[in-house]
Amino acid sequence: MASVGKIARRTFLVAAAAIAGGYAVGYYYYQKPYPNPLEDDLGEGEATFNPFVKIAADNTITIIAPRAEMGQGVSTTLATLVAEELDVTLDQIKVEHGPVSFAYYNSGLVEEGGPFAFFDESSTAQAVRSGFLVVGKLLGLQGTGGSSSMRDGYVKMRQAGAAARLMLIAAAAQKLGVAAGELETLNGTVLHKASARSVTYGEVAVLAATMAPPSEVKLKDKADWTLLGKPQKRLDMFAKVTGAPIYGIDVRLPDMLYGTVRMSPRFGAKPVDPDLAKAEKMPGVVKIVPLATGYGHGFGIIADNTWAAFKGAEAIVTTWDAPDYPLDSAAIDAALQQALGQKGSATRNDGDVDAAFAKAAPEKVIEGDYSVPFLAHTTMEPMNATAQFKDGALEIWCGNQSPTILRQRCASQLGIAQDKITVHTTFLGGGFGRRIEMDYAIYAAQMATETGGRPIKVTWTREEDTRHDAYRPAAVGKFRAQIGDDGMPVALDMKLASPSVTAGIMRRLFPAISPVGPDKFIVDGAFDQPYTIANYRVSAAEMPTTIPVGFWRSVGASVNGFFHEGFMDEIAVAGKIDPIALRKTLMADHPAAVKVVEKVAEMANWGEVLPKGKAKGMAFSLAFGSWVGEIVQVADTPAGIRIEKMWIAAEVGTALDADIIKAQMISAAIYGLSAAMGQEITFADGAVEQSNFHDYDAMRMFQCPTFEVAVLENFDRMGGVGEAGTPPAAPALANAIFALTGKRIRSLPLSKEVKFA
Amino acid sequence: MDLVVDGQNYVIDADPEMPLLWALRDLIGKTGPKFGCGIAACGACTVHIDGSPVRSCALAVGDVVGGITTIEGIGTGGKLHVVQQAWLDEQVAQCGYCQAGQIMTAVALLDEVADPTDDDIDNAMGGNLCRCGTYPKIRSAIKKAAAMKAAGN
Repeated sequence: MASVGKIARRTFLVAAAAIAGGYAVGYYYYQKPYPNPLEDDLGEGEATFNPFVKIAADNTITIIAPRAEMGQGVSTTLATLVAEELDVTLDQIKVEHGPVSFAYYNSGLVEEGGPFAFFDESSTAQAVRSGFLVVGKLLGLQGTGGSSSMRDGYVKMRQAGAAARLMLIAAAAQKLGVAAGELETLNGTVLHKASARSVTYGEVAVLAATMAPPSEVKLKDKADWTLLGKPQKRLDMFAKVTGAPIYGIDVRLPDMLYGTVRMSPRFGAKPVDPDLAKAEKMPGVVKIVPLATGYGHGFGIIADNTWAAFKGAEAIVTTWDAPDYPLDSAAIDAALQQALGQKGSATRNDGDVDAAFAKAAPEKVIEGDYSVPFLAHTTMEPMNATAQFKDGALEIWCGNQSPTILRQRCASQLGIAQDKITVHTTFLGGGFGRRIEMDYAIYAAQMATETGGRPIKVTWTREEDTRHDAYRPAAVGKFRAQIGDDGMPVALDMKLASPSVTAGIMRRLFPAISPVGPDKFIVDGAFDQPYTIANYRVSAAEMPTTIPVGFWRSVGASVNGFFHEGFMDEIAVAGKIDPIALRKTLMADHPAAVKVVEKVAEMANWGEVLPKGKAKGMAFSLAFGSWVGEIVQVADTPAGIRIEKMWIAAEVGTALDADIIKAQMISAAIYGLSAAMGQEITFADGAVEQSNFHDYDAMRMFQCPTFEVAVLENFDRMGGVGEAGTPPAAPALANAIFALTGKRIRSLPLSKEVKFA
Repeated sequence: MDLVVDGQNYVIDADPEMPLLWALRDLIGKTGPKFGCGIAACGACTVHIDGSPVRSCALAVGDVVGGITTIEGIGTGGKLHVVQQAWLDEQVAQCGYCQAGQIMTAVALLDEVADPTDDDIDNAMGGNLCRCGTYPKIRSAIKKAAAMKAAGN
């Protein structure tokens, strides 16, 4: 599927990122562990065993879950991985995000960075995967994304718990004067049953930390798990039902100032002839400072309270320079179509597509032009960060999806060393990919240099947030298929065009590096699906633009899920084959996929005769290692189309917590349905037109269907679960609407064609 | 200006035009009510004034008449409100940012309708946005809270 030349280029891209970060110094470095950051900040009588575990004398057991908790439940399940092997209960532990450190690198983020499908187990694919794991460590990138937290932490976090437990046993053996083999552990205590003596972990923690870490640990068999594989109560739930101050926006510091930003609505453009006089005189406004950053230009408003800052921002009078991208949606669409007309490069090219179509009878060929719009993330918590700059050092508090990148970008903005920056990562009021960006942190850091050492909390308005995102890119696709005499496809040709997320991310987060090679994100969710078709090509071209595009829940698969599965439904209709039967046949080489399709069909009672005015649609997607089938049932009502029910079957390999996985599947599906129903970011005069929930809304309670979710564990590798539910949602809905109305909608949002109740 | 918030008196010096939300968050230090939109479109800022749910981001603090209750003030005697307990039992929250507003709206709904139907829930909760998609669990938590209340909890 992929040439070696392409692999080399892409590998180079990631390796180059490592070098630019200044951390890659050769293979030997990979073998050497990063220092444990917890050693720098231990309390009296507290001991640490590795970057994930510390234990105090009073037996307070702290587990570091170094990933962004943005709702997906990682803090609970990561802590459970450690607790299972450490032999402690979840009500005994404290979970912290911990400091910023390369020790918390996430290899899972880049493991699937090669141009291979998840099911590709060829030696080349496997070699590139292990190469990327090494690169992941070299990068030292502490980040949350790509549905990778469990895949990265599954072995590492359990090993951390197991190693600490062995060290505690060794110390207890010394203290009790018995052989380690005579000891067992239970709920934070080491027991010597023969003499009926015991010590708590806390009592031997300091001694234990001086023991040599075991060179090898044996992890529990799955059958012996007492916590993993069973639904756990989320450790963040109590704080979240009591309104506790756990988000970045809740940070309060002594003598704190408040602020907001007013950035150019035209990306990259500078203010022209600004008049700050009125704004500076607004009550409560302390100071207005210019902001010039890699993210954009504009003003920071420093005030006594957030409201005063908002009013001050409104009072700034300025025009903005012209941007260097097409000014409105029509011109952007034209640029996309132009890119679509270019040859592009093929990531999948099975058989001979051109030859197949050259000899195909015209009545056996179907074609479709598809498109999706730009989308904003609109996390419930608008972007914000709190920063204090004092004595040449920066301290910053905020939710973020990568503390190491945050530190690097703020250091670069302020011209200070990275070790002069302390990052406190709070809970996130939603992430969805938005908080891998660093604009909110950079602006707050810059504004903190203007306050005479006082801390400042910088909160964006919803309008500023909606108009200054790193958007899910718009995309277009031109597809054709040749249907054989048996109704099955013999050729499928998918041509895609979109702005490059990689190019955008590199420009903003790794500006020293120029991306090379084709962007895998443009084809994710299209080239890597478990269908076998004799002649099957997926190719893509990039539309270059400086409109910021970024990671939006499920990234390329959010686009291509709709494209691929919408067109697959057209193929089924054209060939007069049931969509479930079509998939079972085309996926026969992948039993895990077939089981997913069978399961979801069974759950939804697919094939039942529905009353008039109701219909079902289905879609499938393999994304982030999880294989997900979704069926949507819609009903025609006087108020419009109502989404009544949704069934989801998700194959995840190993389910660490089925309840959290089910919640993620539903969450991701609703995120996808929200976008499919009505979301669209459009441009006029170089600026985003939408601004708040009145013109960029999401699904509401009264629109929400009922859900049934099944979690399957048939495949031998673990999948990620935060995003995989999103890609099939839009096509399942569009296919259901086709079944209901006969109207094939190839462009999102669907609200441009149908009305929803 | 005098405000009564969660049973306590506060004297604040604020522009009467300032939305109640910012008076609560920045001047009084009550961060339970959240900022989401500033135009009463998402419900994250919901508090009660004399028991009725209001969007504090769109109500001028100078226009407030009555006692204000936030998420931080609905429990009694160190015990969670029955709606909070139902939220905990049903494991509703994901990111959790909208949940203070969801809970405040649900508390007001159950004060008015002891045994809400799906339609009652749809009507009452339509103004509270959740981007994590916790609606199915919110619905079951409201029904659970109604049952717990009926059982005298």
